[in-house]
Amino acid sequence: MIRKSQNSLWNDAFQRLKKNKLSMVCLFIIIAYIILALGCKLGLFFPSFNETNNAISYQAPSAEHWFGTDFMGRDVMARAAHGTLTSLTVGLWGTGLAVIIGTLLGSLAGYFGKLVDEGIVWLYTTIDTIPYILLVSAFSLVLGPSLYTLCIAIGLTTWVGLCRVVRAEFIKHREKEYVQAASSIGASHARRIFTHILPNVFHIVLIQFSLGFVSTIKSEVILSFLGLGVEPGTPSWGVMINNAKQELARGVWWGLASATLLMFVLVLAFNLFNDALRDALDPKLKNKS
Amino acid sequence: MLKYAIRRILYMFPILLGITLVTFLLFNVAGGDPAVQMAGKYATEAEIEAIRKDLGTSGPLYVQFGNYIKQIVTFDFGRSWATKQEVTRMIFGEEFRTSPMLVSVSLTFPAFFITLVLAISIGLLLTFYRGGVLDKSIMVVCLGAISISSLVYILFLQYYLGYKLGLFPISGISYDWVDKWNYLALPIIIFVALSLGSNVLFFRTIFLDEVFQDYVRTARAKGLSNKVVMFRHVLRNALIPIITLVVIQIPFLITGTLLIESFFSLPGLGGLIYNAINNADFPVIKAMTFISAVLYMFFQLLSDILYAVVDPKVQLK
Repeated sequence: MIRKSQNSLWNDAFQRLKKNKLSMVCLFIIIAYIILALGCKLGLFFPSFNETNNAISYQAPSAEHWFGTDFMGRDVMARAAHGTLTSLTVGLWGTGLAVIIGTLLGSLAGYFGKLVDEGIVWLYTTIDTIPYILLVSAFSLVLGPSLYTLCIAIGLTTWVGLCRVVRAEFIKHREKEYVQAASSIGASHARRIFTHILPNVFHIVLIQFSLGFVSTIKSEVILSFLGLGVEPGTPSWGVMINNAKQELARGVWWGLASATLLMFVLVLAFNLFNDALRDALDPKLKNKS
Repeated sequence: MLKYAIRRILYMFPILLGITLVTFLLFNVAGGDPAVQMAGKYATEAEIEAIRKDLGTSGPLYVQFGNYIKQIVTFDFGRSWATKQEVTRMIFGEEFRTSPMLVSVSLTFPAFFITLVLAISIGLLLTFYRGGVLDKSIMVVCLGAISISSLVYILFLQYYLGYKLGLFPISGISYDWVDKWNYLALPIIIFVALSLGSNVLFFRTIFLDEVFQDYVRTARAKGLSNKVVMFRHVLRNALIPIITLVVIQIPFLITGTLLIESFFSLPGLGGLIYNAINNADFPVIKAMTFISAVLYMFFQLLSDILYAVVDPKVQLK
């Protein structure tokens, strides 16, 4: 009985999400992308994405190559599909790292207050003051471009928003009765933070994760354009879009089109899903507007 | 009020120190030793040391940090590794007419103004017809618009309007006060196109927040028309977040747009940053990071103080 009521927020939210048909469609699209990426990772889909054949470079879409071929004669559809894997990997690890840092620092600042709070607020105000693109560029330049440094650079620079929200929630929660009750039975600070307060603010973390995921995917494209993204040769939407700079004038549009289309559908699905997710997990917000 | 402003100004010093520390740690500590790379494979230790001296990266870290502070105070960021020019001169230009900042600002200020006017009008319109077909369809269009990478907007519009139809020049700039707009027209159109969607969504949310307030109900109960309520009451109250947004955006407008400027080879600050990133030109990136952060800090302060002036509730905090 007690167990059931503990899960009720999540059950409740899921029921609400299920009622929203559009958001379920979006969820299925996102899951389809994840399956596509996993399939690419395991070599089930498009295993020959790196096969080059200069004889067939820049071929227009045909029965054999649905989305045509690129300058090295690689199949554009396979490249774009593997670009999904890159995008989702960066989204997952980059945003994941940001969420871990933001949640941890935010809860410490909000819970302990005083000097800890001052220090952490100082840190994130500083990070926030430096323009994001310059900070990420600096990180990537210093660490050298690769998929992992991209994740680290994004993770180390995008945790501020989440940290701020989590801190505000912890300040609200730390004086509540249930936390006092926990401390009166001798719960340690760590226990109060992680097993008592954190579950109560976790829905906010989830929403922020989902929002961050979208901006990370968009950042990856721009950083790849700047040459700060993945290593050369790794399939990426950003690289494909960037190549179109030279290709469009020669009438080669399929590389740009397929990368844009794949990215558009994923980001749109995420944007629509995020709205529904926010409404489902944070109904108070919905009633306000 | 004054007390609040003074406290906010004093708080800028620790943040300034933070910015200095972060940029220093990034470029001088984590960035490795650039002298070894620049000297090449067969350089002697003495040669490397000479280059280090030149770059200001010799000696222990605290000495380097001291050098960096000196650079900031004297506003002399050394020389670019790529072009060997003085960084300060690269950023501020030889004269005002040809300065990179003026190029960036000529592009971003008009573009931002057009975006603002369009987005506020559309936002008001959507709030007026909220829940209707028009509102819903424009919302979908906006959500679609923000789901496309900004790179695609630039690529496509530059290719189609500039290259294919030949309506606009596709790169470069003229320093003539009139001819210049010839070159800036397409970048401005692209800037507006790629920022309109998110701005419309933003203003719609702001106006919707206001529409459900009690004072709106009171105004309606008094018998005022919908139009009067929208323009006299809602728009005026929504001006607070709008002013904040505008002031916060100014530093970003001054430092230009990295992507558009690089695609159009515009010699603005965005283009400067793009080249610096491409060449791993640390002194330029370091200086631009520092200057942008300081600009942002100032305008943040300005917006906070403006906010306190406009909204008396803030002073109590």
